[in-house]
Amino acid sequence: MSVEPRAPGYDGVTPEDESEAGSTRGPVMPDGLDRAHPTPGALVESFGDAILRHEVMSGDEHVVFVEPSRSFDILEWLRNDPDHLYNYLSDVTAVDFGGGRPLQVVWQLYSIPYRRALRVKAELPLDALEVQSVEPLWKSANWLEREVYDLFGIRFSGHPDLRRILMPTHYAEGHPLRKDFPLRGRFSRAEQTRRALELNADDYYVDAQRGPGREPQLVEWQELGGEPVPVEEEPESSSTSQSSDGSEPA
Amino acid sequence: MSKRTVEYKISRNPEMGTDFMPAQGLMAPTDMVEPRFDSENMLINVGPQHPATHGVLRLILELDGETVVRCEPNIGYLHSSFEKLGEYRTWNQIVTLTDRMDYLAPLIYNCAYVMAVEKVMGLEVTERCKVLRVIMMEMDRIFSHLLWLGTWAIDVGAFTPFLYSFQEREKVYTLHEAFTGARITTSATRVGGLMSDVPEGWTEGVREFATGVIKTLDEVEYLLSTNAIHLGRTQGVGAISAEDAINYGFSGPNLRASGVPYDVRKDRPYYDYETYDFEVPIGEHGDCYDRYMVRMEEMRQSVRILHQALDRLPGGSVNVDDPRVVLPSKTDAMNDMESMIHHFKLIMDGLKVPEGESYFPVEGSKGELGMYVVSDGGSKPIRWRVRPPSFVNLSVIPKLVEGGLLADVIMVNASLDIVLGEIDR
Repeated sequence: MSVEPRAPGYDGVTPEDESEAGSTRGPVMPDGLDRAHPTPGALVESFGDAILRHEVMSGDEHVVFVEPSRSFDILEWLRNDPDHLYNYLSDVTAVDFGGGRPLQVVWQLYSIPYRRALRVKAELPLDALEVQSVEPLWKSANWLEREVYDLFGIRFSGHPDLRRILMPTHYAEGHPLRKDFPLRGRFSRAEQTRRALELNADDYYVDAQRGPGREPQLVEWQELGGEPVPVEEEPESSSTSQSSDGSEPA
Repeated sequence: MSKRTVEYKISRNPEMGTDFMPAQGLMAPTDMVEPRFDSENMLINVGPQHPATHGVLRLILELDGETVVRCEPNIGYLHSSFEKLGEYRTWNQIVTLTDRMDYLAPLIYNCAYVMAVEKVMGLEVTERCKVLRVIMMEMDRIFSHLLWLGTWAIDVGAFTPFLYSFQEREKVYTLHEAFTGARITTSATRVGGLMSDVPEGWTEGVREFATGVIKTLDEVEYLLSTNAIHLGRTQGVGAISAEDAINYGFSGPNLRASGVPYDVRKDRPYYDYETYDFEVPIGEHGDCYDRYMVRMEEMRQSVRILHQALDRLPGGSVNVDDPRVVLPSKTDAMNDMESMIHHFKLIMDGLKVPEGESYFPVEGSKGELGMYVVSDGGSKPIRWRVRPPSFVNLSVIPKLVEGGLLADVIMVNASLDIVLGEIDR
């Protein structure tokens, strides 16, 4: 870790600081390519225009911005190419800068054989928040992508089980980590309380039973000799499951 | 992966017949009894309030007899949106949030966060601060592993190791309290240093703990490592291959138990970890027993690091000498104009972090703990992301338990060493 000591000013980085500290922000590809890290150069050779730019952050962290539509191919190549072998996906997350700027999806890659880290980013405009899932490449992406979907609303196409993970299943207020989401939620306190009181635990139970590619497991009420329960406003919540009744055979 | 299948299924016992109904009176009223009891799979909930889930974790298990057919973890009960809260806090205020994530090893989280911020700022902390942070992190690694050890032993059915390990933990609590005033919510670090220097006699206390904990570990290992019940319940249970462990994002002791020697302290060293003499224990089979052995050995290695760090602990200040980052002393702030201005600016605006971002991984007690901070040059982060090791480790649990026994779910869950505060954040 060779970070050059640099005292921060009150107003962030001044242009003088920038020049002193060397390349905090790396030059734009491909002219001033930083040769300290072999991967960005190799990426440009293989993918050309799909690699938008390359930056060096905080001294030694290499960031590659890629075309969102090609992200899967690029990540697959990074994982499988014998000279790079980024076999460990540390993290998938997103960054919202607010103000209508595009959301960044961030993949933190690490190559255990080569002891090399790389950060890949794709910028998604707010009206096209979809990117291909890397779950087929790294299983660790499963929950991480679900979390990004839950908290940012970015859809990962090809994900086997894209559901909310941290927020409640029926959470209706949107995606909390977006900058336009108020800290206390979109609904008023009264509305939040009203919805909380209206919650039906059975809804959650049935939803949780719904695995990938499975239908919700509903109990035939007549079979149990009970009266049919009137259907609520939401078709999903009309389930009348009362317990962990007989599930579909696996 | 070794999967166990059970031949004998009570629900398919021919003697019971297909129209077997449980005795009246033992179960709920008749209309509540499931009519199709015979050969259907059964769904049960483990948690969210259950001592063996180590927090508010809910596992929905589909069982065929006693064999787990499907496991679905359900999390989010503790979700408090720390990351969102962090965007409304100044850089130093976030330290308070970090120790509430992993209350089992709060100092590691405190340190990891400020290290990421310092990296964005290009700030080099003092040598004393570095060594003290290493001491704090290694101490809390043992601290966290001791809790894991106690609960692990409880889950396997042994009560004594729990008492032994919690007795040792109490000493760390005392050290936390002596240093920070709090036992769990330490908030000990600040950007550019520590909240204060350690009190007099604190390092001797750490050394005493480091010496004493070895004896406890010996005792517990004597009780557990060759115990027939312990071996039977953990060997070959919840095994995962090295390739899968990497692919599924395992990190920390769980990954190393599968034979992958990836330790952030060795592979991406920070704070001169490369100059400390310690080994990275790795397992062979990747099962619960190996995860146990790896953690037991890791505590001993942490003790080695502790002793070395205590030996090399230099004098001097714990804070960087930069009034724009660290608060001046109260005397200076009252008597010196410049210091007063700095004090005022720091309190009113908070310190400013230049535009930039950093992903800073450290070896936490649960695995690779990455702090990803993005700054736009202001006094609050644009994004503060925690790469949660327990979260990723827990996501593997369906793979580990499916095909195994219900009783093994408890052991697998205990072997993963999760903390729900950080999973849900």
